[in-house]
Amino acid sequence: MSARSRLTEAIKQANADKRPARVPFLTAGCPSPERFWACLKELDDNGADIIEIGVPFSDPVADGPVIAAASQQALEAGVSLEWILSGLATTRLSAPVVLMSYANPLIQYAWERATGVTLSQMVLASLRLLAQDFGSLVAGVIVPDVPLEESGPFQVAFDEAGVDLIVLVGPNTSSERMAKYALVARGYVYVVSVLGTTGARDEIPLEAKATLARARASFDLPLALGFGVKEPSQLAGLVRGPDAVIFGSALVKHLTEGGAAKDFMAPWLAAQ
Amino acid sequence: MKGYFGEFGGQYVPEVLVPPLLELEEAMAAYLTEPAFQGELADLLANYAGRPTPLTLCPRLSAELGFNLRLKREDLAHTGAHKINNTLGQALLAKKMGKIELVAETGAGQHGVATATAAARLGLKATIFMGEIDVERQKINVERMRLLGARVEPVKDGSKTLKDAINEALRHWLANQRTTHYCFGTAAGPHPFPTLVKGFQAIISQEAHDQYRDLLGRPPDLVVAAVGGGSNSIGAFAHFIPLQVALVGVEAAGTGEEGCYNSAPLNLGRLGVLHGQRSMLLQTPEGQVLPSHSISAGLDYPSVGPEHAYLHAIGRVKYGLAKDSEALEAFLTLSRAEGIIPALEPSHALAWVFNNRQEIAPGSEVMVCLSGRGDKDLDIVLANLGSLAAKTTTGLEAGKEIS
Repeated sequence: MSARSRLTEAIKQANADKRPARVPFLTAGCPSPERFWACLKELDDNGADIIEIGVPFSDPVADGPVIAAASQQALEAGVSLEWILSGLATTRLSAPVVLMSYANPLIQYAWERATGVTLSQMVLASLRLLAQDFGSLVAGVIVPDVPLEESGPFQVAFDEAGVDLIVLVGPNTSSERMAKYALVARGYVYVVSVLGTTGARDEIPLEAKATLARARASFDLPLALGFGVKEPSQLAGLVRGPDAVIFGSALVKHLTEGGAAKDFMAPWLAAQ
Repeated sequence: MKGYFGEFGGQYVPEVLVPPLLELEEAMAAYLTEPAFQGELADLLANYAGRPTPLTLCPRLSAELGFNLRLKREDLAHTGAHKINNTLGQALLAKKMGKIELVAETGAGQHGVATATAAARLGLKATIFMGEIDVERQKINVERMRLLGARVEPVKDGSKTLKDAINEALRHWLANQRTTHYCFGTAAGPHPFPTLVKGFQAIISQEAHDQYRDLLGRPPDLVVAAVGGGSNSIGAFAHFIPLQVALVGVEAAGTGEEGCYNSAPLNLGRLGVLHGQRSMLLQTPEGQVLPSHSISAGLDYPSVGPEHAYLHAIGRVKYGLAKDSEALEAFLTLSRAEGIIPALEPSHALAWVFNNRQEIAPGSEVMVCLSGRGDKDLDIVLANLGSLAAKTTTGLEAGKEIS
């Protein structure tokens, strides 16, 4: 494990101020490729502790309609992983960046440069080249369609580069599985609040409480709650809430409808 | 590794889908080999679906080709295709698991109809996801599904076709996993679906094996089947894989023009991850999935089941190509020469046999898996018939032209 994770540190700092860390998620190229980088800056200047960037994919099976549509629009506008990395190289952000990407764009990014005798060797070689290109631009990666059983090459390649592979657990992840995840988890743990896809919901379901409690017992890392979060009042019912909150669909919708990133962040800043 | 065929397969799904996949795997271990389950399924297959299906000799084409061409008649199974073998098996398993709803994807509507049929027979609810474009193209099948009591949900995302219907069905299953079984239509997707579907479709080669034994005392020399996701073909190959039988899978080459959209990931794709599996995939250099194309909706899919990718990699099965136009010609040829109207999917397998007749030894025994009947494709065929009518005069001459 890398000695210090920038992601763990960012969340601990926020928690030291007696508040959950704020983790906005934005699909790359949203609301438009031109405005995207300015929006990231604005989130960074207005209280984001970590910023998650969604890498668009043609078949986003874990995403609900808002992010799926943003992903499709981004692809039509020519947004790619390469576009994201070169943009990050020229954008100064104080919050560490996490990429959320389905497996295939990550595996294919450097496929033509990768060498290996077997296909599995090719996959690992390709991911290693990708991790090199992350350099200091990317602190962590979430791969929503790679569960524990398939995570081997991702763990190896990202660990070598000091990039955190962030694991996801859900309401139906048994404590046994959580214990296995605990051995490989880095940075923070993404707690999926519901059995469903991404998308804002009016209430955080009761089962999220139980999932948070079980995750608390299984992991030494900070817990970040996602899938369904849109405003601070939703956290009111939680006795010990998450260490970080991730809000994606509500933010993407707000920006797509012409809203400003700053206005979206305001209630979170006011709520402390 | 678990759920892999060589380097292909796996379980590339969100963590929240792993528990229901494990539950399915446990149910397979508990029920599939149980005599009571096997008895119920055998009864449904025999007395409801109409199995065993015949092995039909094509006398006129065989005389023309110089080898014996026999068809495994999945077109004669209930609902007109092999799909029913799988849906009856999965519906029965879902009932044992205590599920009350089947969710399924469908492209042309064949798997949707077969799922709706099995659900109606076994008293389950059915929700079928179908791309908006396919809903428009296949109106009759949409009405058939509704008639059978299923709810049909048009999918408006992405390319609005089969792959997007799979995405939406997976999302629905993810959210409703406690009460729902995902009745996946082909031998692809995350483990254990490739194994589960193959298990139910293997009855094709099991019957064929016994029919050849009773008829000739030996297996055929060559078995040919069309490959989309790969369920009829893996079913037709399964019991012949360990034997001295040449096996050929036929992928859809699309129009056959340079760089055209196609459905031939084994011949023209590279390794990728889609719909829970690592397999061969049609994709851009950046790893975005390309739209696929085939005149046959049932072959129109950008990836392929992982066991086919494995059989291709080790060279056990040869994977050929047939173009849209060749499949159409084969469709006409079989209809006129033998009085059997094939679906456009197995027409690709027939086209491969006609195209490669010179390489097949005279006197050979050749089996083609006739995976479905062609009534469903009449609109498409008629739309293309103008150009073909001129070329095709009578049945046997058509066979000659094809070489």
